[in-house]
Amino acid sequence: MKVLERTEAATRVRPLAGERLERLRQAIDEWPLFWLLVAPNLILLVVFTYWPLVYNAYLSLMQWDLISPVKIFVGLENYRFLLEDSEFREVVRNTVVFTLGTVGGTMLLGLAFALVLDQPLRGLALARGVVFAPYVLSGAAVAVFWVNMLNPRFGLVAQVASWLGTVSPDWLNHPRLAMVAVILVYVWKNVGFSTIVYLAGLQRIPQELYEAATVDGAGVWQRFRSITLPQLGPITLFLLVVSTIASFQAFDLIRVLTDGGPVNATTTLLFYIWEQGFVAFNAGRAAAAAVVLFALLAVISWLQVRLGERRVSYD
Amino acid sequence: MTERRNWRRAIATGLRGLLVGLVVVIMGLPLYWVATGALKTNQEIYTFPPVWIPRQPQWGNFVEAWQAVPFGRFFVNSIVTTLGAVALELLFALLSAYALVFVRSRGKGLVFAVVIAALLVPGTVTLLPNYLTVARLGWINTYQGLIIPVAAVAFGVFLFRQHFLTLPRDLLDAARLDGCGHLGLLRHVVVPLSQPVIVTFLVIYLVAHWNDFLWPLVVTNRLEWRTVPVGVAYLYQVEGVQNWGPILAGTVMALVPMLLVYVVAQRWIVKGIGGGALKG
Repeated sequence: MKVLERTEAATRVRPLAGERLERLRQAIDEWPLFWLLVAPNLILLVVFTYWPLVYNAYLSLMQWDLISPVKIFVGLENYRFLLEDSEFREVVRNTVVFTLGTVGGTMLLGLAFALVLDQPLRGLALARGVVFAPYVLSGAAVAVFWVNMLNPRFGLVAQVASWLGTVSPDWLNHPRLAMVAVILVYVWKNVGFSTIVYLAGLQRIPQELYEAATVDGAGVWQRFRSITLPQLGPITLFLLVVSTIASFQAFDLIRVLTDGGPVNATTTLLFYIWEQGFVAFNAGRAAAAAVVLFALLAVISWLQVRLGERRVSYD
Repeated sequence: MTERRNWRRAIATGLRGLLVGLVVVIMGLPLYWVATGALKTNQEIYTFPPVWIPRQPQWGNFVEAWQAVPFGRFFVNSIVTTLGAVALELLFALLSAYALVFVRSRGKGLVFAVVIAALLVPGTVTLLPNYLTVARLGWINTYQGLIIPVAAVAFGVFLFRQHFLTLPRDLLDAARLDGCGHLGLLRHVVVPLSQPVIVTFLVIYLVAHWNDFLWPLVVTNRLEWRTVPVGVAYLYQVEGVQNWGPILAGTVMALVPMLLVYVVAQRWIVKGIGGGALKG
């Protein structure tokens, strides 16, 4: 036995040295090819993702109207303005409400839909198809037909309200309801994503867990709480991070549904950045707001992952 | 005893069916609304309670929408932009991932980190500087302005790399022994073995670019350079709310291409997105 081991080791050592040499030779040979293959993508990433990040930070220290040849250095003036501006505070508040509403809405409803659709019933493929379909549609087009549906005089929502025995308010022109409406449309459009992800997660939970729990006399609710929810933990964390990032990027729905109004009631951070940059031509302020957004998103994602790691077990 | 259990099971099944029905109605009714709305007369649209089935389908709404704004041009712009961006991204992602997995070189870790970290940078932060770059290059109202700045891939490289790592090494070694070079290996072995992932990739990026709104809005300002989503928003503005029939017809035209892609590729979308979450 010992002899065998020794001979094996002996025969392995010599080729290993050769292999290493061979690998080194190839590493030298192949590096031009490697860099050639990754260069196009890398160059585009540097020019259109990393450089803008730096340039944006630089712009945030300037006062500039995007046109005139001189940019005036103002230091942290743009940040100070944002900090003291009551409109910007409202924008941050709107963003928080919008994010909580859309992330909470899509995840809770997505889980509910997934539980309903995770059943051995005929025709479920079609049902899943219908739930996911809105997710692939253009947000601008979706927003246009929701304006029609939300019309208090002749829209679908007014019809539903009258079935329920009430009258539909003028959603999009009401300062507080406008945000509710935008969140509702966003949830309708995007809930299919979390539904599909949760469905995939549900189908990976081993059935034996449920069978054992049933034998032990656990009811439906107990099985859900002690098996389903913990098993879905990692997926919930994934959805939380991805949905938050997506929510921060929502633009087309807001632009078409309310255009940020009424009176800034639905102006979120991204919408504000676009408005400051491309409508008010205030590059410095837009850039500073973009830095704020980036920082906010980074902190939230980091917190979510950190808190998640503590709560979620991955085994 | 068994009879009672049968009854309970029947009720449970019925309840589940009811819930599924409810979900389908909530999600499907708006789609039915826009599809039928596009075929209603103005009179039918402004009636309450609503008309559920248009008495005489108004196909003229589609013609009117098509003529109210240069829809044909919007479609050409969207098709060229989407296909151009997706083709470049597929090429870049395949080459990058191939290099990261199969080519021996120093600096792989760094390159992978640089690509993946780009996922953390929201498009919002790069919006204004990228607009300025494109303007300086004279690319406002051009296809290169619509395509090049969005053509870098991060997620796709990750997707392909994960898949390439699972490919059977023996097969690749055999092909290499038969004298297959890198390009041959990529073309004749790696790509054929990656077809499901490639389809998933294509669908995800196709949908993202077709629906993109903010970048085309910023980087074009002449009507003939607008893409379909921006064009539909414009149609809604010019027609006001006086003329809902053509507006809804235009909306349907904007929705149909991705609905078709979805119907054809549903299996891959579901697998790609559901599976991606579990692996990620």
